[in-house]
Amino acid sequence: MILPHAHDFGQNPWDPLPDLPGHSSRGRLERVLRRGEFAVTAELNPPDSADPEDVYKRVAVFEGWVDGINATDGSGANCHMSSVAICALLTRIGYSPVLQISCRDYNRIAIQGNVLGAAALGVCNVLCLSGDGVQSGDQPGAKPVFDLDSTSLLQTIRTMRDEQKFLSGRKITAPPRLFMGAAENPFAPPYDFRPERLAKKVAAGAQFIQTQYCYDIPLLERFMTRVRDMGLDEKVFILVGVGPLASAKTARWMRANVAGVHIPDAVIARLEGAQDQKAEGKCLCVDLIQQIREIKGVSGVHVMAYRQEEYVAEMVHDSGVLKGRKPWSRDLEPPIDLDATLTHNLEEAAEAHAREAAGV
Amino acid sequence: MPTPFAFEPPGRPPRRADRFALRFWSVAHSRVLERAYALLERTLVRLAPLAARLGLARLERPVTSIERGLKGALFDCRMCGQCLLSSTGMSCPMNCPKSLRNGPCGGVRANGNCEVHAEMPCVWVKAWEGSRDMAGGDAIKVPAPPIDHRLKGSSTWMTVIRAALPAAAETPKKKTGA
Repeated sequence: MILPHAHDFGQNPWDPLPDLPGHSSRGRLERVLRRGEFAVTAELNPPDSADPEDVYKRVAVFEGWVDGINATDGSGANCHMSSVAICALLTRIGYSPVLQISCRDYNRIAIQGNVLGAAALGVCNVLCLSGDGVQSGDQPGAKPVFDLDSTSLLQTIRTMRDEQKFLSGRKITAPPRLFMGAAENPFAPPYDFRPERLAKKVAAGAQFIQTQYCYDIPLLERFMTRVRDMGLDEKVFILVGVGPLASAKTARWMRANVAGVHIPDAVIARLEGAQDQKAEGKCLCVDLIQQIREIKGVSGVHVMAYRQEEYVAEMVHDSGVLKGRKPWSRDLEPPIDLDATLTHNLEEAAEAHAREAAGV
Repeated sequence: MPTPFAFEPPGRPPRRADRFALRFWSVAHSRVLERAYALLERTLVRLAPLAARLGLARLERPVTSIERGLKGALFDCRMCGQCLLSSTGMSCPMNCPKSLRNGPCGGVRANGNCEVHAEMPCVWVKAWEGSRDMAGGDAIKVPAPPIDHRLKGSSTWMTVIRAALPAAAETPKKKTGA
């Protein structure tokens, strides 16, 4: 078992990690990606409850198997516990959450306030989304806000982080230290625009990308070829979305009812032909992860196992993508000489950064 | 029951893919309209001194009405007051129910229709098509800043005229005391 890097430990699990040169955040996800390790993130299904234990119970199954945990923000336009609150609960323990912000529900005043608040609570990663339309959820009478869109949201947070000011130009005394992400869907039209749109998001500040569910490898390859031609894989870490399908029936339902999900007929046929469709769904997901790992320019996978979260560990294990690496978990003891190791590593990292900056 | 648009009218109902709408014609003729727009802009710039003499405040309402009527017919324009048409293939982004100004969301249907209004072609699928025919179509690749809701209902043409005038021309005379 390969233990996490010493950089991934703080004095206390809930403390921000020591600064590293060239890093925007003090979080583990950015470190893992910048070290060139294949990263795994997972999506947490937020509870319809005000009990923190419900969050802790749901997240426990991911521990030691993922580098980041996405707390969805009213996904599918349904009400659940808020992303900011879930992230705050997770940072208390030492997990590395990804705050999701959907432009559907807040205007720029609320968003900028939430960004500062989340960063103050120890959140290091943020995913900027437009959000599903209100028609798809349990509150179709809601006012769709969409004051910003995902790209202008990226610009806004980058301004806050790098220029230390709000959109209005007003000064921020302590900027939010965030690793900024965005979504992309290579599996929806207009296909030729998708890589360009990715470039736009990168220009607006995106440092990592989490994609929609991938069930179509040739389509992903076509997208990634263009992404590589444009040199985007050098500028942004791409995590491809995957997830197990519980049955052919579920797959058909998702294809028809979940916005932006593309499932080819061959995938449904494979599930239908299986004795145990659920097991086949997991097997398919593992196969997809292994194929995705081989595509140049892909930095990781984002596992969205809605209502099948308990299988994430198994699928990640079976895929072998971690190559024996164990992401941070509570039961891991930091190296005994943590201080000395960190000092040594920091010096090394600073030297490497200086060399890189000098173009050596 | 229809879902409301994030950016409310003056507007028209969602256009169906299978029916004719002038908005689709405009995208299909984005090249011609791009030239027409360039001509319009040059004309506005040339007329700016005259407009200043007539009084910009007096022109505001008639120009806004003409712009609303013409662009409303051609593009289903919603008068955001900060026109992006030349960066969006002549497909007005304010017709997107999420009022996205930088590109399509991830919910576009396999047939190229909108996630929210299943019968309507995605504004950004159209925008991409339109932009490919335009000389300056690559403007679609440049990120647009957040929208300014204060400009809603105002005229972009007047903004072009104002921008063409030296700063002094716009300052009302009474301010200088003359």
